[in-house]
Formats: sequence, C-alpha cells, structure tokens
Amino acid sequence: MKKTVSLIYALVLLVMSTGCHYQRLSEGEDIEIQALSVEDTEYYTRFKDEKIAINVYNWGEYISDGSDGLLDINSEFTNLTGIEVNYSTYATNEELYAKLKGGGSEYDIIIPSDYMISRMIKEEMLLPLNYENIPNFKNIMDRFRNMSYDEENLYSVPYTWGTVGIIYDNTAISIPEEEMDWSLLWEEEYKDQILMFDNPRDAFAIAQVLLGYSMNTENEKELKAAAEKLKEQKSLVQSYVMDEIFDKMGAGEAVLAPYYAGDALTLMDEYDHLSFVVPKSGTNMFIDAMCIPYCAKQKEAAEMYINFMCEADCAYATTSYIGYSTPNSAAFDMLDDETKENKVSYPDEDYLENSTTVYVNLSDEANLTMQRLWTDMKSTEEEGTNKWLVPVFLLVCVLSSIGILIRRYIKNKKDLY
Amino acid sequence: MKKKLIASPYLVWMVVFIVVPIIMVGYFAFTDPEGRFTLDYIAEVGQYTNIFVRSIWLAAIATVICLIIGYPCAFILSKMSKRHQGTMLMIVMLPMWMNFLLRTYAWMTLLGNNGIINTLLGYIGLGPYKMLNTQGAVVLGMVYNYLPYMILPLFSVMVKIDNMLLEAAQDLGCNSKKVLFKVVFPLSLPGVMSGITMVFVPAISTFIISRMLGGGSNLLIGDLIEMQFLGNSYNPNLGAGISLVLMVIILFIMTIMNQFDSSDEDRVLV
Repeated sequence: MKKTVSLIYALVLLVMSTGCHYQRLSEGEDIEIQALSVEDTEYYTRFKDEKIAINVYNWGEYISDGSDGLLDINSEFTNLTGIEVNYSTYATNEELYAKLKGGGSEYDIIIPSDYMISRMIKEEMLLPLNYENIPNFKNIMDRFRNMSYDEENLYSVPYTWGTVGIIYDNTAISIPEEEMDWSLLWEEEYKDQILMFDNPRDAFAIAQVLLGYSMNTENEKELKAAAEKLKEQKSLVQSYVMDEIFDKMGAGEAVLAPYYAGDALTLMDEYDHLSFVVPKSGTNMFIDAMCIPYCAKQKEAAEMYINFMCEADCAYATTSYIGYSTPNSAAFDMLDDETKENKVSYPDEDYLENSTTVYVNLSDEANLTMQRLWTDMKSTEEEGTNKWLVPVFLLVCVLSSIGILIRRYIKNKKDLY
Repeated sequence: MKKKLIASPYLVWMVVFIVVPIIMVGYFAFTDPEGRFTLDYIAEVGQYTNIFVRSIWLAAIATVICLIIGYPCAFILSKMSKRHQGTMLMIVMLPMWMNFLLRTYAWMTLLGNNGIINTLLGYIGLGPYKMLNTQGAVVLGMVYNYLPYMILPLFSVMVKIDNMLLEAAQDLGCNSKKVLFKVVFPLSLPGVMSGITMVFVPAISTFIISRMLGGGSNLLIGDLIEMQFLGNSYNPNLGAGISLVLMVIILFIMTIMNQFDSSDEDRVLV
C-alpha cells in the first residue's frame, strides 16, 4: 500500500515538473526553464522499447546542453524516444572528412558545412534522406532549401548558418563601420595586431573578395593572385589561428580578426571593447547542415533525430545557446525582436542575395593548388633567413663527418702503439 | 625458452604498433590513391626543403640549449646527497605531471603582447617586446618541454660514475677542468647521446608547439604532415612520403651521432 502511495506521489511530482514553466532560483534572478513541446508525440515512440543508440558527431560547443535554462537536447531526445545518444565532437570539416574516409567509424548523424557536404555528396559518402520521416522539414525557410551545395536537397537539412565578418577592438579603431572593408586587415597601421584564419579556404576567400574574384574560383591564376595577396599580408599578421581568436581578442592581444558572426556575438556579450562588422563588399555565408553518412547503422532513428532538431523548441534552444542564426522559421518566430532585427545575425535579404557567397566544393586539382599555395605562403620567411640556413646546415653536416673521420684516424694511430 | 615466452607480449606489441605502422607508412609513401607504385610523392617532398631545414635547425638549437642547461644540472644533481636528490629530481619532473598542451598554452599568456612578462617589463619602462609568434618562442617551447628528457638520462649515467675514478684522476695530478673533460665527460657520453636523441627526435617532429607559440607562420615538418591528414587537401600519400623522408633524415643524423658514441666507448673500454 505504501508503495502505491509513493508511486502516485512520484507520478504527480513528475507531471507537475513537466508542466512547470517557471522554477529554480539562481543568483537571485528568475531563469526561465524552457519546456519542450513536440508536434507529433506519436511519431517519436516508434523505437521506444528497442533500446537502440545513435552516434552523433557534431562541432564542439554546437548544441544546447541544458545551461541557461535552455533545453538539454540530447537527454530530452532520449527521454522522448528511448534512443540513446552517443555524442562526440570535432573541430574542423577536414577532421570529420578524414575520420569518415579512414573507415571504421559508425556515425549516424554528422553536421558538416556547405562545401564539405558537396564534396561528400560527390564522393557518395552521404545517404539520401527519407523526408517522410522528417515532417518538420516544413519549418526550414525556403531561402535555405535547395542550396548550391545540395541542389535537390536530397542529403541535408540545414542546422545553423552565419556570415563571416571582422571583429575589432573599438577602442583602437575608430573608423565608421560603413567604411570598413576587408582591406582593413591589410593596414600597415595595425601591424602585429591582426589575426588571420589558419584555414586556407577562409583565408583565400577574404583575399578573393578583395581582388573581386569569386570565392569558388578554380582558376589557377586567380588562386595565385590571392596567394600573393595573402603573402603581402603575412608580415602584418600576428598569428594564424582559428578558435584562439576567442581568447586573443578577448584578452586584447590583437585588435583585428576575421570571425564567424555567431561566435563574434557571443564574444561581444562578454567584452564591451569588441565590435563586429560584416563588410559591405561581400562575404562568405556558411551553412552547417545535418546529414547521414554512409556508415550509419540506424538511419531511421537518425532521421528521427534530425526531425527532433527541427522542432521549433529545439531549434530555438540551439540558436539561443550557440548564437548562430537559425534557418528554422518556427524557431525564428520565437526569438525576441531585438535578435530578429539584429543585422549581424540576420542581414537584409537583399545583402544575403547579392553580396554573400556559399562555398561549394572545389575540384581536387584546385584544392591541391590552394593547399600548396597556402603551405608555400606560410613557409616563406619575410627576412629571407633561409639563404644562409641551408649552407650552415650543410656545413655542419660536412664538419661533423670530417670530425668523425679525424677521430677515427687519431684513434687508429693510438691503437698502433 | 622461458625468457622468450615472457618477452612475447612485448614482441606482439612491437609488431602490431611499431612494425606494421612503419610498413603502412612505406606503402602509402610509394603508392598513389589507386594503389599503383609511384615515386611522385617522395619527389614532391623536395618542395618543402626550407621547412625541413627550419625544423632541423630549430630542433638542433633546442637540443644544444637543453644540453648546455641540462649537463651541469644533471652533474650537480648526481653529486647531491641521496635525500636532496629525490626532491630535486621531483622538481625536474614536476612539470611533466601537467598536461603538455596546458603547459604550452601557459607560455602563450606569459609571452603575449599583453602577457605577464611584457606587463612586468612595462612597469619598469621597457617593451613591449614581441616574443610570442617568433622562432625564439618555438625554441623556448621545445627547450621547456623536453629539458627533463635531457636531464634524466644524463643523471642516470652520471650517478653511476664511481667517485673513486675522480679521486684517482686527481691523485694522478689532474686539475678539476681535466677531471671534467678527461673523465666525467667521456664516461657520461652514453647519457649525452640518449639525451640528445630523446630531445632532438620529438623536437623535430613537433607540431603543436610551433602552432601555439610560432603563430602558425613558422611551419615545421610536423605541421606539414598534420596538414596532409587534417588539412584542406586530404592527402595521406604525401603525408606518408614526408614522414618517411623525415624518418630517414633522423636515422642519418642519429647514425652520425652514434659514430661519436661508439668510438669513444671503445676507448673507455680499452
């Protein structure tokens, strides 16, 4: 009898806690706890008792994990469907590619960026999605369907998007925002205070915009010109970094850096001295989308996960947590007006249409050329010290060989006695 | 027979994790993605000569500095009383308890333009000096990270040098300088050799130190190899080719070093 009473009590508590919208006091202020509501609960019960698990491979810090009162997406998904989520992360598209290409991995969900998606499609590394299992695809804005990297939208469902711009220290740079352009990264005035992307694709894109080329050019001459442009910049660049931009800009080590809009917004929240501008002359628009790789074992469960991610609540939690823009119209409607009208996160349609370019995959040849030019650019030294480095090295080699011979000779002579 | 049996786990380990990977590196280096034999990738390595030279140069400088700092340090350590030895050895090894990346990361905040050193210098009216993102910073990182690998083998050899030998040399009229160069140094040569190997080899192939302290513009071979696997152009064949050339170069340098070693050891034995 006692057991039944406590069971009922527990059930009542459970119902109450799921129904509650406001609870928990933290640091003296109310934090709104986001509650999950899904459109079709029935759909998610399909695998309830089968005890299956899916492997999700995502970017680092790229999912809402339950902090700030937002949804903990992975555990909510497990609660709802009974499917375990094994979550792991990567740092670059190339790392993801190498991992999949190397074989032996069993991921069910991956979230690569645009150009990597088109490369994977070309190399038949992705499985076509069954959209009957992803009814929430209807939430995706028309603007983000059938993008150039996946023209018939067979393989990918957009997760987040954003643009690349310049993050700068507004105490050191007082040029009005309208006049700021990528050429700022080539200003002598900020020598040794400039950070640059340590990733050929993004770095070349900036040089290409400046030179007026397409970001997707495969023309060798244009690539070479862009590499020359980057070489010019090299003596001004403090260091080539990716995620370190976060720390270095925050700590005031540098005053200028190109960066992704979502991360820049997170940084600006933390530091007042930083501002962000998306240059008028054009920029890259990137889209990260959910895909199912060829090695997936649980395709249907993976599609369920993708559908779950497209739920308004989940997409809202994602965009609020990571700061990147959402392609999900239902989630966009949930945002507050300030965010909706933020031109950094959501630029005018006009600008998006005319001034931004989405990367597509380059041919192997162009990729190789770019990689070679990049290595070349990074390994040449400005001062030309390599002129004497080689001779010195050779000299050391020769001298040591002579040394050995002399020692041997002396030793042999000694042994004679 | 029994001895062989006991050694078998290690043998299996060696074959699976050392021999097989080396064979795979060799295979990838001499084939193209379709598996056909080719020398193209080895030939292509020639383009990166300046990166090789820079890596060898920086690693050599770091090794020499390690030796200069580590040798007296190990000598003093070996002459200490047993009780102090334990404490001092622990201090030498203490940094190794911490994660390698974290230690290197700490140097970034120390050396930065707004870093601790430049801030302190600023108080007495100096600087700021550009220290981070230079080759000097890379060498510093190498010396800092690999110094224990120099001190420990030196110490373990020196501690075994019989004090009576030193006394005998002094009895026979050697001054302290002669004792050091004629007795201590030749006897410690095996330690010097293994110290040099243990510093030089990881220093030449490091990539994270140059990435973090060199600002990404002082590419080393390690960076180059990493770029072939995790970079924009996924090119494991070229990566394997570079690795193979690097291995041969290290082998060559080590053979030269061993020449010194063996000739001296012979003399010691005679």
